[in-house]
Amino acid sequence: MKLLSIAIGAILVNNFILSQFLGICPFMGVSKKMDTAVGMGVAVTFVMGVASAVTYAVNLLLIRLGLDYMQTVAYILVIAALVQFIEMFLQKVVPALYSALGIYLPLITTNCAVLGVALQNTQNGYTFIQSVVYGVTGGLGFTLAIILFASVRERLAANSDCPKCFEGFPLALISAGLIALAFMGFQGLRIG
Amino acid sequence: MNFKKQFKDGLLTQNPVLVQLLGMCSTMAITTTLFNGIGMGVAVTFILICSNVVISLLRKVIPSKIRIAAYIVVIAGFVTMVDLLMQAFLPALSESLGIFIPLIVVNCIILGRAEAFASKNSVAASAVDGICQGIGYTVVLIVMCVVREFLGSGTFGGGLLGPEGAGIRILPEQFPAMMMILPVGGFLTLGVLIAVVQYFLAKDKKGADET
Repeated sequence: MKLLSIAIGAILVNNFILSQFLGICPFMGVSKKMDTAVGMGVAVTFVMGVASAVTYAVNLLLIRLGLDYMQTVAYILVIAALVQFIEMFLQKVVPALYSALGIYLPLITTNCAVLGVALQNTQNGYTFIQSVVYGVTGGLGFTLAIILFASVRERLAANSDCPKCFEGFPLALISAGLIALAFMGFQGLRIG
Repeated sequence: MNFKKQFKDGLLTQNPVLVQLLGMCSTMAITTTLFNGIGMGVAVTFILICSNVVISLLRKVIPSKIRIAAYIVVIAGFVTMVDLLMQAFLPALSESLGIFIPLIVVNCIILGRAEAFASKNSVAASAVDGICQGIGYTVVLIVMCVVREFLGSGTFGGGLLGPEGAGIRILPEQFPAMMMILPVGGFLTLGVLIAVVQYFLAKDKKGADET
């Protein structure tokens, strides 16, 4: 039951992008086309899941060594190494997926959603399973938001009739704001 | 070294948030009260100056293949320092900024300036760049905070002024739209702010072309 409430929370209620503002850069950067948005979403979900699992172990190690103040440094290093490793692994084993995700993989290192999920897992004192579930569902929430947003932007690009100074980024931000407004409707959702 | 130009770049024409579109996450997330905005701005400016100086000093030593990882380690070191100092001396601020302090590590402004400026320029120029970009970021944060706080809770200077740090009330309690201090307000305020800046920059350019 706890797992289900974590999952619903991460996907809908506390969506990483729309209510916690984590991972805005890729959300804005790669949401112009649907297929790239899907690619980014899948890559982020994957990395967030694996990162949650690995940082859980790293945190145990840091606590044992009495170095828990080094958390931020250790986490970001682990994430950077992890992303690099996943990149090499995919290149060797699943070249099709690698070429599909290609340019998005290195970008994930500086995605605050990944570091954010690791830090939140530690702060909330989640167990191993809970951490992984939170990571994966957080990634799914990210994917959901970016897909919705990409489809809005595709239509906006096709027929936009707005003041010149609003073109491009400001318009994107405002449409994201409206999606966030819609997601506020999930605020009252409670399970378990 | 052209201090005046760098300052103008940082504040307006190359403003990290409004023009380069870096560091969106923290800009939208924490700008709910004035105190948060100033605290975050000062923290980022401090880290930006320190990391720019250190990276500029090390720019000939760091091999180009692993430079990003090296930059991140330098930045993460400073962020940890700021995080611990803030927890010790400003616990209230640390509490309200929460996870966004450690997340300064992945704030694109700092990594972006390290890559685009500090790795190619002298120590003094990098320090100045850090100051100017930091001020540009802080000013945007403060503007966003003032607008959102005014519309969202009807106060000014929350966390800093007024009784118990609740801010000075400008609008009566029933008027403010709660929405503006929720995530929605962040997106809307930043969108409008960028549009305003684009409008004036475009006008400026047009004027310069005509004369």
